[in-house]
Amino acid sequence: MGIFKKKVNDFPTPYTVKAAVADGGVDTRLSLLVMGLGNIMHKQVAKGIMFLAVEIMYIVFMVTNGFHCLAMLPSLGSVEQQEVWDETLQIYEYTQGDNSVLILLYGVATVMLTLLMVWIWCGTVKSGYKAKCLEKEGKHVNTFMEDVKTLGHENVHRLLMTPSLTFIFGLTVLPLIFMICMAFTNYSKIGNHLVLFDWVGLDNFKALFDSSSILGSTFWSVLVWTLVWAFFATFTNYIFGMILAIVINRDGTKAKGFWRFCFVLSCAVPSFVSLLIMRTMLQPNGAVNVLLRNMGWIAADSALPFFTDPLWAKVTVIVINIWVGVPYTLLQLTGVLQNIPTELYEAARVDGANALQIFSKITLPYMLFVTTPYLIATFTGNVNNFNIIYLLSGGDPVVDLSSTAGSTDLLVTWLYKLTIDKQYYNIGAVIGILTFIILAVGALVTYRNSKSYKDEEGF
Amino acid sequence: MAVKKERSAKRVRIVNNTIVHISLAILAVIWVFPIAWVVLTSFRAEKGSYVSTFLPQSYTLDNYARLFTDTTILNFPKMFANTLFIAICSCLLSTFYVLAVSYCLSRLRFKMRKPYMNMAMVLGLFPGFMSMVAVYFILKALGLSEGGLIRLALVLCYSGGAGLGFQIAKGFFDTIPLAIDEAALIDGCTRWQIFYKITLPLSKPVIVYTVLTAFIGPWVDFIFAKVICRANADYYTVAIGLWRMLEKEYIDSWYTCFAAGAVLISIPIAALFLFMQRYYVNGMAGAVKG
Repeated sequence: MGIFKKKVNDFPTPYTVKAAVADGGVDTRLSLLVMGLGNIMHKQVAKGIMFLAVEIMYIVFMVTNGFHCLAMLPSLGSVEQQEVWDETLQIYEYTQGDNSVLILLYGVATVMLTLLMVWIWCGTVKSGYKAKCLEKEGKHVNTFMEDVKTLGHENVHRLLMTPSLTFIFGLTVLPLIFMICMAFTNYSKIGNHLVLFDWVGLDNFKALFDSSSILGSTFWSVLVWTLVWAFFATFTNYIFGMILAIVINRDGTKAKGFWRFCFVLSCAVPSFVSLLIMRTMLQPNGAVNVLLRNMGWIAADSALPFFTDPLWAKVTVIVINIWVGVPYTLLQLTGVLQNIPTELYEAARVDGANALQIFSKITLPYMLFVTTPYLIATFTGNVNNFNIIYLLSGGDPVVDLSSTAGSTDLLVTWLYKLTIDKQYYNIGAVIGILTFIILAVGALVTYRNSKSYKDEEGF
Repeated sequence: MAVKKERSAKRVRIVNNTIVHISLAILAVIWVFPIAWVVLTSFRAEKGSYVSTFLPQSYTLDNYARLFTDTTILNFPKMFANTLFIAICSCLLSTFYVLAVSYCLSRLRFKMRKPYMNMAMVLGLFPGFMSMVAVYFILKALGLSEGGLIRLALVLCYSGGAGLGFQIAKGFFDTIPLAIDEAALIDGCTRWQIFYKITLPLSKPVIVYTVLTAFIGPWVDFIFAKVICRANADYYTVAIGLWRMLEKEYIDSWYTCFAAGAVLISIPIAALFLFMQRYYVNGMAGAVKG
């Protein structure tokens, strides 16, 4: 399968935490408690003091805020906001109650900070042990300035990756963990849990998988439609784009640049604009229906039910996605097509292959080989394709008034409706997790088995 | 016999070519049609959203003029300035992130490399705005959710995840021969010098591509801006403004202005896109290869 490969350490080092504890001596073992001590005792004073400062900062933070945040995490707070009559001022005063959202957020942040601290701690122990070993062996121990200089060379990846990693952890990873936690709480408008909420374990998952409830049946129908949509959206675009690219690229076609320009023109309009335009054009009194009426193809007072009939709506979004997506596919596949070695075609022609054979034996296998990662990316992109549904149909038409999703709602737009419109944060988070699981299983298996992952170094 | 065969082959080719060109023409009309319609609507003199004729009866420039003069309800010039500011700032930040991260992943071998790439792939599988509510809470906790700091908050949102979108630039860097780096190393260059003195000057196409996509991203984003700005109309971006023009209470009076606005914000993007087209094809081909 190739998913479970034996782990090989490509970067072996003798300076590990284990080795430091085993034969580091008193000073290294002491620096397990006082970070940076090992460095300070072995000529790396500035570095050691920096480590020590980090440790002190962490302890101060934990004492002032951190322990409180962690202690509140299991209960998520229970003090309600209360009105107290103030006799002297003759007014009601509100006492500060607990806010579970903030408790959860700060709690998760503290946990992440603690993990980061553990990582830094391992680093300091290793660094102290390394300094000690080098000194014992009589080798050169880097001074602080020399350490800073390594940031320009051996350690340039630290310099270049740190800012971006900080942002990713703060604005992508932390929010995601926070949202995942929400899936196990009852944070929602139901039962008025918007300020104070509790852990409920897997109850939300149970509610969603219970197909006899409204939520459950909505989930299954939305899931099926999401997969159908992603499949059709990906492959209609791919096939149509490929046909178009081949047709424009073939020898007999004149004015290749002009045709490409016509299609690419629609990329130039931002997608939210063109989708909003499409939406207004397809309304019952929109431009398309007016045009059809003027031409006498439909009766003067009737209209085609683009977004009012569930089946029509589904077909409409898929067709419009072709309009939106094909130019991009065309651009990308044109590049790939032009990369196919022409000798292959010449050899095939000499052997007497016809156009269809050339396509099925050379063009298609080559394209599939090169574009498999792209296809996977497009498929996941389409499962998560929020814009097209939200701006085009908004999930309409709503057939079942008791359900929270319309008939063109994808999992993501449903997630949006549940969190932003309805404030069912917990159910929204569960749907996010399930979307992720569906995508991850599919993508991981295909991606790790694809050649571009295995042969990455072979390029 | 041979002559006849050749002639019939020629006729087949002519017929094929005609069919191809006619179908291409039909498709091209379908693709250009909605755009042409918006341009026409933006010059339409009749008011209202729905009219009974397809083509406008009379033409005017008032729609464009109104966008810039009528600032009482929807302040288009201000939105435009907001968007420009946000786009430029986040463009600079995210370009740096993307280039730095892709250089490291392409050229250097370090312990966190594979874990980082796997993490990027896993994070990419989560629905993008699943974290949006949480991001909002975080920005609020940092005090960035009110007043002029909303702009900063949006810049942070747009550039925050940029380091995860390294695939295309990395694919490009992979194609630059390693021998150049090795020669520079022998000459005594540090890795950092190689990055900005050799790799960057050699990567103009992918830099252009990165800058432009990083600029267009915030320019056309709608969802994040809507969640972060909420009711603060002073900090709306163009995307929210245009979307609001189609809301029920505004659509009748603002519909033609919406079309005008759509044309206006499409022009710079169209220009950038045409300029970028060749880089786009090259960049993508590189990415697929890598």
